[in-house]
Amino acid sequence: MNKGDSVAELKVTPDKYLPHRYAGASGDFNPIHIDPEFAKAVGLPSSILHGLYMMGLVARANTAAAGDDPRALKRLSVQFRGMGAPEQEIAVTGTVKSADGDRVVIDTVATQSDKQVIRNAEAELQL
Amino acid sequence: MPLKTDAVGKEWPAVTYEVGREKIREYSYALGLENQVHFDRDAAQAAGFRDVVAPPMFCVVYCAPAMGPAILDPDVGMNFAAMVHGSQEFAWDEPVCSGDAITTTPRCLSIDERDGKGFYVFESTSVNQDGAEVVRGTWTNIVRGVS
Repeated sequence: MNKGDSVAELKVTPDKYLPHRYAGASGDFNPIHIDPEFAKAVGLPSSILHGLYMMGLVARANTAAAGDDPRALKRLSVQFRGMGAPEQEIAVTGTVKSADGDRVVIDTVATQSDKQVIRNAEAELQL
Repeated sequence: MPLKTDAVGKEWPAVTYEVGREKIREYSYALGLENQVHFDRDAAQAAGFRDVVAPPMFCVVYCAPAMGPAILDPDVGMNFAAMVHGSQEFAWDEPVCSGDAITTTPRCLSIDERDGKGFYVFESTSVNQDGAEVVRGTWTNIVRGVS
């Protein structure tokens, strides 16, 4: 990988029940993620994706960029912005910010419907 | 009212989480992972792991039981109705496999006000049964309207 290369491209459309599966898998049963009526009652458009699920997709995309070795991802920092929704495509993209031998830093984001849901993210890979 | 900052530096009790193969599979399936090292013991061992290996972000599963009491602590006093998870960082070291016992200790790093928002930053340190660090997390929650 060289500076400026595009990497970590991933497109995923979480299905309607993904937030339920992720709630069970993660233990985070906050009703804003699994109950549309509750979510609307607290002012959200409907139930929203877990932010840490979307961070998980960013981790997945950047791990895949490193040959899918789970040991390769050494650091990931993200900012959560906006809200992710089920049943709409999420796209993770990345650009190599710096490459120093086998240590690579990637600027990466996740977008949905043209708005960033994970921004200013940085992944550090050990190749 | 000035932002309450008494909890800065506070540590909460360490919590140990026992990592199981089926939980790694369940989490990996939810994330759409396909690498068999997260599902199949033979595949994991062929790749050099002791057992089925957790994907990096599985750390949210084993950290959660330790982080809950810190986030919910009245000494911290976050207004949950106005709170969002603002940012998150993890730095990984030793891989985590089924059969590991991971002990996580949370600490409040800082509480600051900027532009009328409260920034509550927690750090978690997780070690395995041999005392080796597996992940260090930095959890930032933002609360609107603190002043």
